[in-house]
Amino acid sequence: MSSVKTSLKEKKGLKGTLLGLVRQQIFIPIAALLLLVLFNLIVDPSFFAISLSENSAGDPVLSGYLITILDNASELAILAIGMTLVTAASGGQDISVGATIAIAGSVVLRVLCGTNSRPETLQAPIIVAFLVCCVVAMLFGAFNGVLVAYFKIQPMVATLILYTAGRSIAAWINNNELPIISEPSFGYFGNFIPGIPVPTPVFIAIACMVVIALALKFTNLGLYSQSVGINPHSSRLNGIDPAFIKFITYVILGLCVAVAGFIKVSRFSTINYSVVAKDIEMDAILAVALGGNALSGGKFNMGASILGAYVIQFLTTTLFKFNVDSSALPAYKAVVVILLVVLSAPVAREKLSNFWKKLAPAKAAKEAN
Amino acid sequence: MAFSKTTTKEGRLAPRHSMSDTNILLCITILVFLVMYAAAMIFLGSGFLKPQTFFNILNENAALIILSCGMSIVMITGGIDISVGTMTALISMSCAVHLDYQGGSVASAAGLALLIGVLFGLVQGYIIAYLEIQPFIVTLAGMFFAKGMTTIVNSTQFNVEHEGFQALKATRIYVPGMGSVNKLGKYVPAYVEIGVIVAVLVVILLFVFLRWSKLGRAFYAVGGNRQSANMLGINVRRTRFLAHFLCSVLAGIGGFVYFLHVGSGSPSHASGAEMNAIASSIIGGTMLTGGVGNIVGTFFGVLSLSTIKNIVSSLGLDEAWWTNITVAAMICLFLLIQSVVLIRKNKSSK
Repeated sequence: MSSVKTSLKEKKGLKGTLLGLVRQQIFIPIAALLLLVLFNLIVDPSFFAISLSENSAGDPVLSGYLITILDNASELAILAIGMTLVTAASGGQDISVGATIAIAGSVVLRVLCGTNSRPETLQAPIIVAFLVCCVVAMLFGAFNGVLVAYFKIQPMVATLILYTAGRSIAAWINNNELPIISEPSFGYFGNFIPGIPVPTPVFIAIACMVVIALALKFTNLGLYSQSVGINPHSSRLNGIDPAFIKFITYVILGLCVAVAGFIKVSRFSTINYSVVAKDIEMDAILAVALGGNALSGGKFNMGASILGAYVIQFLTTTLFKFNVDSSALPAYKAVVVILLVVLSAPVAREKLSNFWKKLAPAKAAKEAN
Repeated sequence: MAFSKTTTKEGRLAPRHSMSDTNILLCITILVFLVMYAAAMIFLGSGFLKPQTFFNILNENAALIILSCGMSIVMITGGIDISVGTMTALISMSCAVHLDYQGGSVASAAGLALLIGVLFGLVQGYIIAYLEIQPFIVTLAGMFFAKGMTTIVNSTQFNVEHEGFQALKATRIYVPGMGSVNKLGKYVPAYVEIGVIVAVLVVILLFVFLRWSKLGRAFYAVGGNRQSANMLGINVRRTRFLAHFLCSVLAGIGGFVYFLHVGSGSPSHASGAEMNAIASSIIGGTMLTGGVGNIVGTFFGVLSLSTIKNIVSSLGLDEAWWTNITVAAMICLFLLIQSVVLIRKNKSSK
């Protein structure tokens, strides 16, 4: 990496700076985002229209595709934060986040509803429900963390356990009933607070980003998790406990899952165990990969991961706008993803640049003639 | 062979005196399966005493056995393939549409299944091995693609009415010497479906292939340590390509066997099959880090997984959540056993 940087400094001029931009890690999600924006601008500029309208409660709210993207990507962006840390420290991914979101949501409803599945009033303050859900989700995160850090099981396999059991545990927590909360103030967290035209999840996501940015700036979390991911043995020799760092990243992911799960249940004031946050783990891992982070651990770029999450939601919303059937959506998504990943791979870039070099002499010969 | 102190022709001591990782894990798996099945026979009686119960487990899981074999090979080389489940759904749907709406024959449907497998294998294998992109992301895209394509081919479930196919689906092969007497006092011989024959053939062929062929050993070498495999003169890229290719082709075969068993096409078919295949491979002693694994173990892994499901449902805990929780607990148990065994072994060898 350092050799790349020095070689860049030597090259001056416009070409050098352009090349430097291209080699930046965050270039991949930005380029993807720009491509999508450009595509929408050309096909239908009304995509970017934002209007102020009234919702069913009579409050002014902003609406438009851009707002939808910002709103719906909130959970994914929050999850991407935790997933990036887990990926960096343990060199693997947590595939149980979708299932633990179901558990977290189920816990929130259980605390708020008590044993009655159709309560007239809330049985506990919302903040208590949120705190309990955080504790439970962090415990499940700790379970994954112990398996990965202390029993040295590969992350994907260790989290396969909760992936299998999670939704069943969620159903079991509420005796397989589907509680519905009629209290309107609970819906504020997933929809709109009266009087504020921007969806609340956007604020929650921004709050999470600020917290993680501060944590990365003022603590050693980022440095330690990267060093553990790059080489656990040498970080051990430098006085870092690799197992504990791995463990703590899983607990942090648990916290992210709790926040995301809380938003998810607040959106609908109810839960469907088998459908809620389905396949979100795949999207979260994809966000990390689109951010240009190595899935085998080590260095990471948090901003790029979060941007990756928004790119995925942008893509989904764009496809929805063109009336792509929601069940056929994954096929198009796959094509775009594979194109992005292949184009950003170092080997593929090398092959492409070789191809250009081969073309260049031919061009020069033509011009000479 | 592991314990005998033999000398080779050159007079050197044979290198292996203790059991290898693969063998320890294989033994644990087979032992647990036998204990579990014996316990079910003793405590639950009736159902498990009939040979047909055992063969029904095989009938229902023939496709999963084939998928898991492919998964094991990829895992042995240190990769992963999470596209096999939705590929199975895509193959079932394509074959169903081909048979009923396009007037295809059974042979051409089988060819179509194989073709889908080969195409997925070529594309995924090339991207993973030659463009060096993480297998997880590539097969994740493959999984999404197959899932979307299934609904593009046809979005609703329907049963196949093709006559030749129905005849093949209903074909029963009776197992000699096995059978039970039913309530009316009539002797009912035990049977297996064609898919089971295919699955058993695949298991035997792959066992021989992984154990004694040059390429089979190369899979283990690449999974164990890519750099040293490279220095041994193994073409690492080609080996990894072939592993992923083989996995997708096996998914093609497995997809057709699955189709033969269920006889319908649906977008929700085989959902989660990739995770079941990974779980079976893990229970069978294959490690995701690569280099360790055994096809026979995988075979017993599938059997263990479905036996525990059968036990749970015959205990009367019919709710879906009990099955999932038990399966998860079982995976957890096996992982802990493996982890403890390997940690202790590494300590004693140092």
